Amino acid sequence: MTSHGANMFIDFLTKSILAILFLGAVLNLAGLLTWVERKQSAVMQDRIGANRAWIKFKSPWLAPVNWLLHPLNALGLFHSLADAMKMFLKEDFMPRGADKFLHTLAPALSVVFALMAFAAIPFGDSIAIGGRVIHLQIADVNAGILFVFAMMGLGVYGVILAGFASNNNYAYLGGMRAASQMLSYEITMGISIMGIVLTYGTLSLQEIVRQQANVWGFAVQPLAFFLFLTAALAETKRVPFDLPEGESEIIGYFVEYSGMKFGMFFLTDLVETVLVACLMTTFFFGGWQVPYLLADGFHWPSGDVWLLSRGVVVTLGVLAFMLKVAFFNWLFMAIRWTLPRFRYDQLMHLGWKILFPASLVNVLITSIWVVMKS
Amino acid sequence: MTRRNGDRDDQEIVVLSLKEKRSMLLNVGPQHPAMHGIVHITVELEGETVTSADVEIGYLHRAFEKMCEQGPYNNAIPYTDRLNYVSPLINNIGYCLAVEKLLGVKAPERAQYIRVIMSEISRVTDHLTCIGASAMELGAFTVFLYMIKAREYLYEILEEVTGARLTISYARVGGLKSDLPEGFEEKCRKALKETYKILKEVEALLNKNRIFVDRLKDIGVISQQDALAYGVTGPFLRSTGVDYDVRKAQPYLVYDRLDFDIPIGEHGDNLDRYYVRMEEMHQSIRITEQALRDLPKGEISAGDFGRVLTAAEMVDQAKMGQTGDFKTVEVDLDPTLEGTTKRYHDDVYSDDKRVSLPAKEDTYGNIEGLMNHFKLVMHGHGLRPPKGEAYFPVEGANGELGFYVVSDGSDRPYRVRVRPPCFAIMSALHKMVVGEMVADIVPTFGSVNMIGGELDR
Repeated sequence: MTSHGANMFIDFLTKSILAILFLGAVLNLAGLLTWVERKQSAVMQDRIGANRAWIKFKSPWLAPVNWLLHPLNALGLFHSLADAMKMFLKEDFMPRGADKFLHTLAPALSVVFALMAFAAIPFGDSIAIGGRVIHLQIADVNAGILFVFAMMGLGVYGVILAGFASNNNYAYLGGMRAASQMLSYEITMGISIMGIVLTYGTLSLQEIVRQQANVWGFAVQPLAFFLFLTAALAETKRVPFDLPEGESEIIGYFVEYSGMKFGMFFLTDLVETVLVACLMTTFFFGGWQVPYLLADGFHWPSGDVWLLSRGVVVTLGVLAFMLKVAFFNWLFMAIRWTLPRFRYDQLMHLGWKILFPASLVNVLITSIWVVMKS
Repeated sequence: MTRRNGDRDDQEIVVLSLKEKRSMLLNVGPQHPAMHGIVHITVELEGETVTSADVEIGYLHRAFEKMCEQGPYNNAIPYTDRLNYVSPLINNIGYCLAVEKLLGVKAPERAQYIRVIMSEISRVTDHLTCIGASAMELGAFTVFLYMIKAREYLYEILEEVTGARLTISYARVGGLKSDLPEGFEEKCRKALKETYKILKEVEALLNKNRIFVDRLKDIGVISQQDALAYGVTGPFLRSTGVDYDVRKAQPYLVYDRLDFDIPIGEHGDNLDRYYVRMEEMHQSIRITEQALRDLPKGEISAGDFGRVLTAAEMVDQAKMGQTGDFKTVEVDLDPTLEGTTKRYHDDVYSDDKRVSLPAKEDTYGNIEGLMNHFKLVMHGHGLRPPKGEAYFPVEGANGELGFYVVSDGSDRPYRVRVRPPCFAIMSALHKMVVGEMVADIVPTFGSVNMIGGELDR
């Protein structure tokens, strides 16, 4: 084997490992979010929350394992497992008159595109192992923003297809709502991000994070931060923007889905929540940046310097990224359990008459500022 | 399951005409998460705007009125529990008041105060459920659970008094099943305080919530004329600016002695109905507190009784004429008869022998009591109002709840007719829904607070 071939193989291997690790983390986090959702809402509503899914072994030899499992059981952590099991075991129902192919394709499409978008998100700085530099990012696309937006845009197809293929008026309405909502808010989202792109002068997500070493994005682009936050919430299709779902109005585009096909839509919602949290972190909260932590260690404002090894710095970065993502997930959950839902025309009003002009103004101001600075 | 040919043709014609008009026919209900109770609204949609609506009711018809004719007067009371099952006490009391009017009997004052307290607590639970459910359907799930928590405090009080949470059957013609338990006043005041706190919390969450207000404002509007023409009453009518409340217009029980206000709105939209209901809960709490303050003390106290006998012992001793100290004897009863002893019975039951069952001590202990009991419960005897008819309206949580009872002089009602408050509102619902968006059906329907048991009877 030539050295070129070996290099390619090792590159392929490292990327695969990164992809598996990141994908695993995202899917697990999404699973965990079902638990967070239950428990956080329970805390907010003076309830105990789900705690009935217990794993317990009968054999007396496994008593220590039971003892170890007890706190996890009591917290209700295994409800995510129970959920998954239930969904796999349920009947997969297909309504009469539905388009079988599209009906099956729709959930797969939405979950795949939601997961693909993660490829461009940098979750850490680059590290060097054995003379080989590894970027902690699955695909270092230089137009990463475009890639992410393309994937999020394609995600709409799953929802629309589900609405159209179900042969159900409620699902159809849900699909229509989803299409118009996601298209309108994607525009605001894209334009609000233009501010960030103009400020940092790059479309690469890794580069955007690198440039936030001193000041995080939300301090530079506060308006864009709020616009993006709102549009991103709308993108996740959760309360207050859960019109495509609207459980008490039109039940939603997935009304005719059951079993794991429904589970995939459910998962997509949560994966999108994680995705949006990742994007918020990347654009506005400095990605993997830790305050005062530079490439060689902490440089405190007092002048003290704590030198750290490269490995520790990178690990801290990855941890910081995870922490920030967790924070945004918490925030989205808190919003979800506090606010009521918009109505369709109010949503369009907010999107087109308030957020869209505001994002344009933001781009204008940023452009002027960038020109003045240079 | 065969379908008549005619139906099919009709349906096809409808679909064809819809295709020409390029609109969509949507069946909201009977199985739909927001159509609590069971109601079927067929709407025609142009985009998301409702162009026509057809409300279909009757899914919960149980022949309540016919069933009332099948048994003695007091037998209808458990049926009335199932009318408005969110505030069953008001139905109980309304029915008893109608029969009492027919008989010309009045319950003792203490019973009247207790009836007011129970009615007002029920009104609060009803409004809590209505607003909570509406908020939940708008996506504010947290509010719903706060409201249900408050309702739980009140249900505990009701449970302690009546022995049940929903099928309470507490009122009787001529009085009440039993007196209040010990320590009631304290517990009641505490529960009201907790409820008040939660109401404040919910007001903080909703009153200035832009999304919530925008969803309700100017939605589901009904004009004052329309509301009056359809015979709408209750919070629904008051939201349009008419201050009609049975408690003020034709005071019954002791409402004329209590000080309270009637909140009214002006626009007749969902938001005003929300405000009216919220304010009414505060007023109900006020009424309850006053009634608790004025509640006359019972004449019989625990100290009046020296000896406790079981029912069998008492009957045996009475047979042998050993009734010397029976005035101070308390009978130990089976739990299912709890509350029928003198201590819990005599203060809240009328002394009119035509209507009121004697306390169990009298039934077991002396021949007059036994005969009185016999005359009221045995087949062919019983409570016999004179020939005639009576209509008695009370202010239910949704509006005027009227019972119209006709007597032919026998021990069974000749006819019992209920005027359910939400029936009139439901007949006006299509007017409020048309022209608005499909998502507005939910809050408008929620503000009707339709209760299937009462609507379809």
